[in-house]
Amino acid sequence: MAKDVAIIGVGLHRFGRFDGVSGRQQGAHAVREALKDANLSWDKVQVAYGGSQDAGNADALCNDLGLTGVPFINVANGCATGGSALASVIAAIRSGAAEIGVAVGFDKHPRGAFNPMPRDWGLEDWYGETGLMLTTQFFALKTQRYMYEHGITEDALVRVAQRAFRNGALNPNAWRQRELDYEEIATSSPVNLPLRKYMFCNPAEGGAAVVLCSAEVAKRHHPKPILVRAAVVRTRHHGSFEVFNPALAAQQAPAPTVTASKAAFEEAGVGPGDIDVMQLQDTDSGSEIIHMAENGFCQHGEQERLLRDGSTEIGGRLPINTDGGCLANGEPVGASGLRQVIEICQQLRGEAGRRQVPGAPRLGYTHVYGAPGVSGVTILERAGG
Amino acid sequence: MNENMTAHQPKLACPHLIGFNNGRPSLIGSRCANCGEVYFPAAAGCTRCLCTEMTPADLGDEGILWSWTIQDFLPKEPYNSGETEIDFQPYGVGYVQMPSGIKVESRLSVADPEKLRIGMAMRLDVQPYGKTPAGESIHTFVFSPITSAKGGENHG
Ligand SMILES: [Zn+2]
Repeated sequence: MAKDVAIIGVGLHRFGRFDGVSGRQQGAHAVREALKDANLSWDKVQVAYGGSQDAGNADALCNDLGLTGVPFINVANGCATGGSALASVIAAIRSGAAEIGVAVGFDKHPRGAFNPMPRDWGLEDWYGETGLMLTTQFFALKTQRYMYEHGITEDALVRVAQRAFRNGALNPNAWRQRELDYEEIATSSPVNLPLRKYMFCNPAEGGAAVVLCSAEVAKRHHPKPILVRAAVVRTRHHGSFEVFNPALAAQQAPAPTVTASKAAFEEAGVGPGDIDVMQLQDTDSGSEIIHMAENGFCQHGEQERLLRDGSTEIGGRLPINTDGGCLANGEPVGASGLRQVIEICQQLRGEAGRRQVPGAPRLGYTHVYGAPGVSGVTILERAGG
Repeated sequence: MNENMTAHQPKLACPHLIGFNNGRPSLIGSRCANCGEVYFPAAAGCTRCLCTEMTPADLGDEGILWSWTIQDFLPKEPYNSGETEIDFQPYGVGYVQMPSGIKVESRLSVADPEKLRIGMAMRLDVQPYGKTPAGESIHTFVFSPITSAKGGENHG
């Protein structure tokens, strides 16, 4: 029978911009912090999965942490890198192949928007040359269509960003810790309408790591282990509306987020209504709005009301991105998904400080989405007793 | 406006995507021989039914605007319009739903948010979007709103 798996250590290198500190150094810092949290040393780690998009091979971390012969596998799944690394470590522990594993992500991106090359994505040169291959365009096009189909207005886009920066201001590790007022967001310069400057996250730097082990021995390592109830990765189906698509099929299929989310709820044996705190990928305001419904937390079109009536705030029924999300933390691509997991662990441990969700949350949820159509979902639970 | 463009064989960023019938451009994709699914650009296989027998398909030159945005900043490489931050002109980008149902991503000739709305009729054109370092215009496919003969504004 497959073993239950628990998170016994979390470690973060603050997100932001750090001149003179390499991405790898930030990753190593995160792993050391996570090991300290788990009261373990690197030589006890039996499997590691990690990734970075622009800061080199993750397994080069062994040069910093120690050459112990550990099987260390590099993961490259865009924004879903952290989620994929985590799911892989969990699978290794469940199978009995390893007792203790580490998932790590880090990154350090050049300033400004990403500039992907068409051939790396199986696309022809003209797609990039003629100015169609931009992630921000995709988010705008998907958001524009979604707003049209479900009657959502710009007000909702502003409120997502406003809440992200409000929560970021409560998070000592956030990159952006200044609250922004409604007007400042609503009138910020257009990037790709309907999305404006403060509705997009920016590429950043940082590191995040998680230590896991089989649940039966978890309490030896940490007094408050967090159980992994589900960890699922899914890629796109024919017809889903994804980034970097020169054309979309006549008939639209559900996004990989929908299939990953459904599979995760099934695996955990719980439903969206049972979740007390959630992290949803918010590369931009529009994406978070879409992801609220795609993950089953509301009906399509219901988001604007929930954003207005405070339901998605820290004290609300659906506390979303309590650490400020990608919008306030920026996105070091390799590290971003694990930052989400770490925030949920801190919330479930009751150690989230000024941004702590009240009422001792028991079940948490994380969701990432990355190019060219991959989604990772985890459901985490505070161990009882 | 630009109907004599085709007569001079303009330099195209993507010549294999555009066919010409009686001087009118149309988009060329492919169709799955098994299930009929349409692809743009032409695909080697069908991601829907996994068949690998594909035939060329003419997607036509008119469609309906399905979604849109305005590209408000100068894209990095490999964008090759030759523009700089100083002379960059924002451009529209949209998905246009063609008669077969496929939605094709395209530059739009209009970059004014007031003049774009989902559901409007669009027509294909070939237009310049930049210049090579030697100064030669580079063209690509572009969709424009189909305007009525008289320029009366519709405030409905
Ligand atoms: Zn087919």
